[in-house]
Amino acid sequence: MSDITKKTAAELGEAIAAGDLTSEQVTSAFLARIEAVEPKIHAFLHIDADGALATARAVDARIAAGGKFGPLAGVPIAVKDIVVTKGLPTTAASKMLEGWIPPYDATIVERIKAAGLPILGKTNLDEFAMGSSTEYSAFGTTHNPWDLNRIPGGSGGGSAAAVAARMAPLAIGTDTGGSIRQPGAVTGTIGAKPTYGGNSRYGLIAFSSSLDTPGPVTRTMLDAALLHEVIGGHDPLDSTSIPQPVPPVVEAARTGLTGDLSGVRLGIVKEFASGEGAEPGVIAAYQAGVDALVKLGAEVEEVSCPHFTYALPAYYLISPSECSSNLARYDSVRYGLRVGDNGERSLEEVMAATREAGFGPEVKRRIILGTYALSAGYVDQFYGQAQKVRTLITRDFDAAFAKVDALVSPTTPFTAFEFGARTADPYQMYLADLYTIPSNLSGGPAISVPSGLSDGLPAGLQIMAPTMRDDIAYRVGAALESTQEPRLSDQIPDVA
Amino acid sequence: MSTVTIPSYEDATDRYEIVIGLETHVELGTRTKMFCGCATAFGADPNTQVCPVCLGLPGSLPVANRAAIEATIRIGLALNCRIAEWCRFARKNYFYPDMPKNFQTSQYDEPLCEDGYIDVDVNGETVRVEIERVHLEEDTGKSLHVGGATGRIQGATESLVDYNRAGIPLVEIVTKPITGTGKLAPEVARAYVTELREVVRSLDVSDVRMEQGSMRCDVNTSLNLPGAEWGTRTETKNVNSLRSVERAVRSEIPRQAALLDAGERIVQETRHFHEDTGETTPGRSKETATDYRYFPEPDLAPMAPDPAWVADLKSALPELPRVRRKRLQSDWGLSDHDMASVLNAGAVDLIESTIAAGTTSEAARKWWMGELSRRANEADIALETIAMTPTQVAALQGLIDAGKLNDKLARQVIEGVLAGEGDPETVATTRGLAVVSDTGALTTAVEEAIAANPDVAEKVRGGKVAAAGALVGAVMKSTKGQADAKTVRELILEKLAS
Repeated sequence: MSDITKKTAAELGEAIAAGDLTSEQVTSAFLARIEAVEPKIHAFLHIDADGALATARAVDARIAAGGKFGPLAGVPIAVKDIVVTKGLPTTAASKMLEGWIPPYDATIVERIKAAGLPILGKTNLDEFAMGSSTEYSAFGTTHNPWDLNRIPGGSGGGSAAAVAARMAPLAIGTDTGGSIRQPGAVTGTIGAKPTYGGNSRYGLIAFSSSLDTPGPVTRTMLDAALLHEVIGGHDPLDSTSIPQPVPPVVEAARTGLTGDLSGVRLGIVKEFASGEGAEPGVIAAYQAGVDALVKLGAEVEEVSCPHFTYALPAYYLISPSECSSNLARYDSVRYGLRVGDNGERSLEEVMAATREAGFGPEVKRRIILGTYALSAGYVDQFYGQAQKVRTLITRDFDAAFAKVDALVSPTTPFTAFEFGARTADPYQMYLADLYTIPSNLSGGPAISVPSGLSDGLPAGLQIMAPTMRDDIAYRVGAALESTQEPRLSDQIPDVA
Repeated sequence: MSTVTIPSYEDATDRYEIVIGLETHVELGTRTKMFCGCATAFGADPNTQVCPVCLGLPGSLPVANRAAIEATIRIGLALNCRIAEWCRFARKNYFYPDMPKNFQTSQYDEPLCEDGYIDVDVNGETVRVEIERVHLEEDTGKSLHVGGATGRIQGATESLVDYNRAGIPLVEIVTKPITGTGKLAPEVARAYVTELREVVRSLDVSDVRMEQGSMRCDVNTSLNLPGAEWGTRTETKNVNSLRSVERAVRSEIPRQAALLDAGERIVQETRHFHEDTGETTPGRSKETATDYRYFPEPDLAPMAPDPAWVADLKSALPELPRVRRKRLQSDWGLSDHDMASVLNAGAVDLIESTIAAGTTSEAARKWWMGELSRRANEADIALETIAMTPTQVAALQGLIDAGKLNDKLARQVIEGVLAGEGDPETVATTRGLAVVSDTGALTTAVEEAIAANPDVAEKVRGGKVAAAGALVGAVMKSTKGQADAKTVRELILEKLAS
């Protein structure tokens, strides 16, 4: 059975389509793996064995009857618990939504279901996706399979750990400031943030609307591309969704896997190249990745993106501003937690008590920060300035992409740290997203690919591409992956 | 507050200059809500017209309703506004127990329409009211307080929320400050809202029913000494009848004048108008006003209305009410006074439709302003809701013109039509109402009348022609009013002359 969980999603999909395996066998194998490993990892907030098996059997029946599906039909998947699933609890790892069962599916979940992927369960995260370590989950943290005393990254730590620990071949993450890529980097998995607007946000519990993007977490580039194709594309229910077809990511990944990058121009971001504040081992792994890409024929040149330095502060004004508004709906009136309603307290007192009890420290910190940044008299100097910086960062990208096809950088400044190492100082935690944030502000796609180990822990290389050119990032990432034998994601310690 | 003497309205307006401003909300009559596909029907069972989007459930996202945007642009065009080439929605953040997201998706510094005007007629003068902006937003739900005696929140044991109204498109129309109207300020305010309502109604984008809340007004008033800067304004919220718009301004002027006379300052605050007393009481002051923390709505793509589309909408605008009224007044040859009474009766459309159904303006006006107005008034209903159609009125007049009915019989026919007995012709037939023009039958009746009233007949024979009226009356009585009075009279005079 354990052979099944070692296979990639693409291999599993082929085996199911060919009749060599059934989806039920595959799904059962992963459920067994979850049962064995979950106590040590705690990647899941909710496991839906019955639902997953029912889907698996239904898909098997349709395949047996000659039904046509896509290449991932029957391959199980885990979904970050900030994406709403009809009939399955969705909490965003917050006490505020404990026990809430959504009456509708996110568009990407509908697409996953339509493509015949059994949903194994909902994965852990930092509360409302705010954090870089999954330590802010209201329901306990997730452990990194590389070292159970270390964080799995955040906010998508549950999804990354589930894939890294082979509890799921595929997972869905969401990336607002790096929450797919940073967990990918610190768990040795692939984390792909698609173009903003390329994948529907309908049904993603909003943290920061202008930044949130759902995307794949997988063990290989091809798997990521296949999943990207399943969930991507225009959605009329999301007004910010781009009315264009999904870029040819699967084809690009296959091209990349041939190991030829001749004619591809890569830019090294000068402002990130110094590695200031980054661990030397992370920089070394990144450099090794760049060297590998050059060997495949890529041309590399240094480009300047002078405003990237201001990305982090701009992000920490824009995202809290939007979150302060998005989270205003958690007021105890309609759903979720209600505290202190004894018939004597006023509505506002009940609401305050509910929010006090329901929101964790990081969420409160950001709501307060955002409320302040938007308040009369400050909105211009904080929110307004941050939006100007955002425009300048987008222009930096445009200027760079006039010269090169993609930009590369380390994904994170440091590898997985030990629990508690950064929770005392929010700024130290925020630094984890130093390199990932610029592409959130511009909206362009970015993928983290494992590039080596630093002191025995994985480090990632980030590839950033122009808007709706996700295919370029897939091609480069797959090329890098093709140089690794075995793949880094195949070297993840078996925690069982 | 110290005791102040409240001056008379006349006195206050003699000494102070008045500045008013109006913010009017109009609920659009679109088939679906502003940001989702839910139905908008009025009066449905609570929470039957809701979905994740209009309930603001976690993860849901808005998509703007094109029909609502189109309606807003048409209102803007009808109010002579400039239509934005590019604009977007903003979030207005505040807490309201029946507002699902706790922010309202509205527009802030980038409205869809700006800088227009509308001309209104007050006391024979034309006043141009300038429009600051017209923008689009979403309505909130409604709270229902149960368990108490009054239905108000005080004493209620539970509050329930109905979200059917949440997300219904709402257009806000804001005037620039209106100055120089002097004592007429209350009438101008009313005339403006009346005209605005007519304009919106003519566009067929809302039923603009103030009593149902599909049109509601906030009235701003401030006073200043001549030549001085504008005073601090108060905002009277949610005034829901034309009469109250006028009264809200009229009551606020002496109140503010009294405070200013006493050397006190006007507090910038919202006030509530009470229909029963005609007075306003204070609500929220600026010191406790919400900081809305506006910012561009990140969930909605910006709007860039295609100029060709806007041009099409402009060319397709209907004739606007004021232009139409002037045209009809001229067509019908009415004095200002007569036209005003037609307007007050709400009879313009009815008369126009009746004429279109094939009768003269005089006849149409006679029935609508006469018998039908009287009956509507007796029944205490709006004239336009009376159970007789313009087509039926035209048909009725047709019967008269054909000599089949006289006015008296026509009134009985109206009674039958209103009682649901059918079209005028049917009523006339089933009730046996028809002018008797059979000269043979009339001759008998005339002879009988002469025989029964020999002294009257003698007077007529003696030259007192006017006395024939009594004989005509007798004939009408014996024929139950179905005789043609003119014919009867001729017959009588003919008989007595021989």
